[in-house]
Amino acid sequence: MKVELRVNGVSRTADVEPRKTLLDTLRENFLLNGAHAGCEHGVCGACTVLVDGEPVRSCLMFAVQADGYEITTIEGLAPAPGELSVIQDAFCETHGLQCGYCTPGMILSAHALLQHTQTPSREEIVEAISGNICRCTGYGQIVEAVQFAADRLQKSNVLRPKHLRPGHPGAGHDGPEEGILEPAETDAPTEIVR
Amino acid sequence: MKPAPFEYIRPQSLAEACVLLAGDEDARAIAGGQTLVPMLAMRLARPTKLIDIMRLPELAGIRPEGDALVVGATTRQVVADQDPLVHAQVPALARVLPWVGHPPTRNRGTVGGSIANADPSAEIPLVAVTLGAEIMLATPDGPSSMPADDFFIGPMLTTIAPGECVSAVKFPVWRHERIGVGFFEVSARKSDFAFASALAQVALDEDGCCVNIVLGVGGVGDRALRLDVSPLLGTRLDAASVTEAVHAVASEMDASSDLHASASYRRRVAITLARRAIEQARTEAGTRPLKGAA
Repeated sequence: MKVELRVNGVSRTADVEPRKTLLDTLRENFLLNGAHAGCEHGVCGACTVLVDGEPVRSCLMFAVQADGYEITTIEGLAPAPGELSVIQDAFCETHGLQCGYCTPGMILSAHALLQHTQTPSREEIVEAISGNICRCTGYGQIVEAVQFAADRLQKSNVLRPKHLRPGHPGAGHDGPEEGILEPAETDAPTEIVR
Repeated sequence: MKPAPFEYIRPQSLAEACVLLAGDEDARAIAGGQTLVPMLAMRLARPTKLIDIMRLPELAGIRPEGDALVVGATTRQVVADQDPLVHAQVPALARVLPWVGHPPTRNRGTVGGSIANADPSAEIPLVAVTLGAEIMLATPDGPSSMPADDFFIGPMLTTIAPGECVSAVKFPVWRHERIGVGFFEVSARKSDFAFASALAQVALDEDGCCVNIVLGVGGVGDRALRLDVSPLLGTRLDAASVTEAVHAVASEMDASSDLHASASYRRRVAITLARRAIEQARTEAGTRPLKGAA
């Protein structure tokens, strides 16, 4: 079956069997290997992508169901090759990843949260990443990373897309086209409230 | 962990979907797919055709209808959770939705899908059974409906026939001034299947006496059960009466044993949760402003 998908702002077509998941289509047809195949039955969250700005398990959706939605993978977050989005950078700064397998899903879940909320509480962060399993970090540094990213985004000059509802074509970016953070005073890690 | 081959069809109308479902008994309807797709991946289900009903306009939307709120089958759980009408009119549904799966599965999973799936520990069927909702069905012969009590017959089993599909759930809306909801569940981890859960909704009059009360428990038996606590009508829902009424009705209820929890554990936990749910509902209703107050 022919499917036409919008992935990271670009229209792409693929010829897939109906049983091919969105995850496998992203990885095999479009070589977007950032979405990871973990359990492949909706438990681990490693395959998380954004569908119309909301985190969704790409292993629980067939590619043939996905036409017409705006799909964002981890590759769509970085402003340019070799650069990191604010949230990605925060994960590095706070050691929010070890093996890295869960990280794309964690970051996309965090990204969706920070699109809705500027100052998430610890409970909101925990709820947002509750569908993503990490077997390395013990989650402490991941929560810290999201708090740190929220803090940075708040202090930065990024044009916060407050008016952007999930589903808006631009919702998948915190990159420079919407204005990127000014690192000057936000570079040093600030005190993080736990 | 890859599904077996199937044919994928996205009909343009509900009538067409019913015809397709009626024409092949191994065809399955798919909406959010948050339970069906894992079953396909593990090959516990091997349908010949998947009929995608997610985008059918007839199944979408939340609308008031008389003394009920009709929630379209393909209403995603996240949408219902954020809907002001649901919060105002069916507070019990609003209360349990954050406990359904986790955010990414609620973003795709639907209200009607959870009903049709009929997991004994699922929260949305518990609300339907407890409140006495009406399950609206689309059939090849036109719309029909059936009380939630008759719809669920066992674990993942409903009375739905080939060619039928859940089109909406009609939740009764209580018009009392002071309504409160109580809900508790015990599971291995949040968002996992509940070993036992209890949901209560009560209405109080100006003097704090109970004028309406419903209680349901999930996860204990092979489906959600509504328990008759009508002896509590007219009381002030004091701890002693609540304990007595819950014990009277719940001590003998059917419970299932599995690897995770024994039948007696489930029954014990359900009784405690039921007591707490009624207490929470009473407290919540008691804090509602009285008629004429600001």
